[in-house]
Amino acid sequence: MKEIRVAPIRNGTVIDHITAGQALNVLKILGVNEHSIDSTISVVIKVPSQKGMKWKDVVKLEDRELDPETVDKIALIAPNATIVIIRDYYVAEKYKVKLADKIVGLARCSNPHCITNMGEPVAPEFNVVSRDPLKLRCAYCDRKLTNISDNLL
Amino acid sequence: MPDDGGRMQRLYRPDAHTRIVSNPDFYDKDIVSIRDMTRGQIESILDLSAKMVPYANGEKVARPLAGKIVGNLFFEPSTRTRLSFESAAHRLGADVIDVSQVSETSISKGETLADTIRMVDAYCDVIVLRHPHEGAARLAAKFSENPVINAGDGAGSHPTQTLLDLFTIKRAKGRIDGLNIALVGDLKYGRTVHSLADALTTFGANLTFVAPESLQMPEDIVKDLEERGCNPVVTSDLGGVIGGADVLYVTRIQRERFPDPSEYRKVAGTYRIDNAILREASKDMIVMHPLPRIDEIAPEVDGTPHAKYFEQAFNGIPVRMALLMAILGGEL
Repeated sequence: MKEIRVAPIRNGTVIDHITAGQALNVLKILGVNEHSIDSTISVVIKVPSQKGMKWKDVVKLEDRELDPETVDKIALIAPNATIVIIRDYYVAEKYKVKLADKIVGLARCSNPHCITNMGEPVAPEFNVVSRDPLKLRCAYCDRKLTNISDNLL
Repeated sequence: MPDDGGRMQRLYRPDAHTRIVSNPDFYDKDIVSIRDMTRGQIESILDLSAKMVPYANGEKVARPLAGKIVGNLFFEPSTRTRLSFESAAHRLGADVIDVSQVSETSISKGETLADTIRMVDAYCDVIVLRHPHEGAARLAAKFSENPVINAGDGAGSHPTQTLLDLFTIKRAKGRIDGLNIALVGDLKYGRTVHSLADALTTFGANLTFVAPESLQMPEDIVKDLEERGCNPVVTSDLGGVIGGADVLYVTRIQRERFPDPSEYRKVAGTYRIDNAILREASKDMIVMHPLPRIDEIAPEVDGTPHAKYFEQAFNGIPVRMALLMAILGGEL
């Protein structure tokens, strides 16, 4: 018998196939804190996945749909995530997050000596050098970005 | 060297009767990182550098860049790089303005590098930038209409140093491909060795990294080189490497990297090049050093045929002349 861990939602977004262990970072991207919760959020960490990945995390947001910038940020820490938009219990839209070749203004460079961390009027910019595993290189200082989740803007 | 939207085609007019014409790929372009250049482009600069040698040592005189202004913008002290850029500009008939003091004044007032660059851009035809922060040259190139040459940005790139190192190796050995090149000393923090290792990989040299464990080449750089088909040997044993090396590229080990002074003395002593250790070397092995040296190379080595570091310092002039010629469209 299939066990239902979280009840279906009427309206909102399901972020599925999040890389296991990244759900809390997804909440950080969503700006979830004690002052900003207007509706139910369900979080499931490390559940078996039927697709390629062995384990996954899932986040369900009731009565909220995501803007493209938020989806781009999620792609940085969960490149295989799927966004499912639910309207009146039905799947209205379903798509995989997609990482652009160039990441602009979503994360800061992890190199403290990088010119982009010195108050200059430029957005941090990264080139995607590898998608699996995800590797980003700063377009300015040429260093690889380490700890992506800690450096999200 | 980003796409210029056809500026090059509009402005570059090579004369059919000229004897020395630089690679038009470089016309009006920035020199930020050696990674931006293809092997063919690097080779064209090395070829042009060779043609610049008689002009660099004063044997021939020409003023192909008369009327051009080179803006030296140095936010950090520098002797060789700054002087050789000045000398290269003068040898080609260009004027040099030193805008470093202006920039220091502006910085103390809180001006951003972006604004300083936009101001300096209006005063000259090419900006030569040395800056303490990594990525500064890329940022400057973004805000400057005129081309920017990176003269070292923090622990980041120093492409003109790399070009003159390649030029020195090529002049001394006739080729770079297949040479056994050992990089010795501070490979972790050394600004020059990272870009050099990258470029030598492009040329198919065999690399050996000789350093104490604490100053060894960063793992991500080694991994990058491996992904590009180079399999560098990583060792701390200098004695075991000298016999098979064609080039020994020595860098300064900085005292401040060692909290314990006795540890510094021990390490510095282990990697000191003198005539005794060079007895193991082949007759035509060359010793290079980006200078300044402290005591990594004993003065007794200076008089041997192995010593190439002062020639290397001179080579900064023809190489920087070649770059200025190619970027500003000079013809001889």
